[in-house]
Amino acid sequence: MPGILQDKSALITGGASGIGRAIALAFAAEGARVVIADIAGDGGRETVRMIEAQGGHAAFCHADCTQSADVQAMVRFTMERYGRLDCACNNAGIGGIVAPLHDLPVEEFDRVLAINMRGVFLGLKYEIPQMIAQGGGVIVNTASTAAFMAGTEAPAYAASKAGVASLTRSAAKAYAARGVRVNAVCPGATETPLLLRRDTPPEDLKRRHAARIPLGRIAQPAEIAQVVLWLCSPAASYVTGLLHLAAGGILA
Amino acid sequence: MPGRFEAASVLVTGGGSGIGRATALAFAAEGARVIIADIAETGGRETARMIEAQGGQAAFLHADMRDAASVEAMVRLAAERWGRLDCAFNNAGIGGPTLPLADYAEADYDAVLDTNMRGVFLCLKHELLIMVRQGGGCIINTASMAAFGGSVETGPYSASKAAVVSLTRSAAKGYARHGIRVNAICPGATDTPLPFRRAMPREEFRAQLNKMIPLGRMAQADEIAHAVLWLCSSDASYVTGHMLVADGGLIA
Repeated sequence: MPGILQDKSALITGGASGIGRAIALAFAAEGARVVIADIAGDGGRETVRMIEAQGGHAAFCHADCTQSADVQAMVRFTMERYGRLDCACNNAGIGGIVAPLHDLPVEEFDRVLAINMRGVFLGLKYEIPQMIAQGGGVIVNTASTAAFMAGTEAPAYAASKAGVASLTRSAAKAYAARGVRVNAVCPGATETPLLLRRDTPPEDLKRRHAARIPLGRIAQPAEIAQVVLWLCSPAASYVTGLLHLAAGGILA
Repeated sequence: MPGRFEAASVLVTGGGSGIGRATALAFAAEGARVIIADIAETGGRETARMIEAQGGQAAFLHADMRDAASVEAMVRLAAERWGRLDCAFNNAGIGGPTLPLADYAEADYDAVLDTNMRGVFLCLKHELLIMVRQGGGCIINTASMAAFGGSVETGPYSASKAAVVSLTRSAAKGYARHGIRVNAICPGATDTPLPFRRAMPREEFRAQLNKMIPLGRMAQADEIAHAVLWLCSSDASYVTGHMLVADGGLIA
């Protein structure tokens, strides 16, 4: 049986770990040919190996989403490799340091915004013309539940994700008539290096998050990937501009 | 009758024109001593003269929201001028070109985000520190109704304002215990010189807008100013983290 994304070409930023890797694996399992873009070469190549081991097609492209030339090059790489850009997941992101707003260094604010928000802007800017030229495409940006809530300990992260949600809606509205759908997935706490790379022991952190989540646990990356897969699939052909929560009921 | 802001020290960024000027005048009319900050010297000094002509106290400070050192100096000097900083209205903003997202030049995106979003972050960072030390204060950020939906032609502006909403919520939640209230005003179309670089003639654009607005007209800048003053007044003592939409019913 052909997969949901059989022979589609997909570009996934931040594909070396966490949610990005899970998206890459899920897409490949449904027949897509996947470009993994990341600054982390070891993790990115490992994702490629994992896809090849399950019989899929994948390639790694080193790209820093804060660098315009890298973003343009990763789109070009995908075109050269697989001839089209059917799906793009602008997923690369960081959490940033934990600090109240008045203590947050300006450089740290700039770093978080450059990667999480400006990186998504650059992704959209260079993916969309390619999709228009080929007659359509689907983009999913990774936002967060933080887009909808105060981030008392991570104000830059929250602001960057609110920005991503807004960019998603603007792009969806502007390019719907040209066959480009643009949505965002808004994960809650998910078991990834981004979440667990804090000073707290992982089990404590998971328990602390779980206590506030109606489903009683944090998400697995594969569960977020399934939402992204659905948004990219023909089943979601009328869905654009959606900010899709996957948060175990936390904002319900 | 004494005004609601008798002898209060108030900082207004973007006070050289539009909503900022109207708000500075309204604060002064209710007894406040107002620091007008703007990159536009002529307009800023003119606002100060207008306040003095009506018998109020005002001072002008040159400040550039894109320059971290300039914003830091602005907040420090504003607090020194009258020994306190009771209210801050972080209002300076630009519109940017009107273009679909993928056509937006990176430099234009950066100019809009640096002024509207990073500028508000920088203001908050330094104002909050002063207000924590003095045991309280009140901050209003200028967001926009554009924060709540996608924009076909002003995506970066919308994204910057969505991020301002997020920063407002983070700051409100993070600093409520220090006696600091933080809210945002979200104006709809207002009769101001905010320089959206539109191809359409101004009068034609205005007529088209008026048709879309349930109240049938754009806002006057002093109608927005009244909302800002209410948020800063003791009548709003339990209001924090609120997005006050004043848009004539447009997003209702």
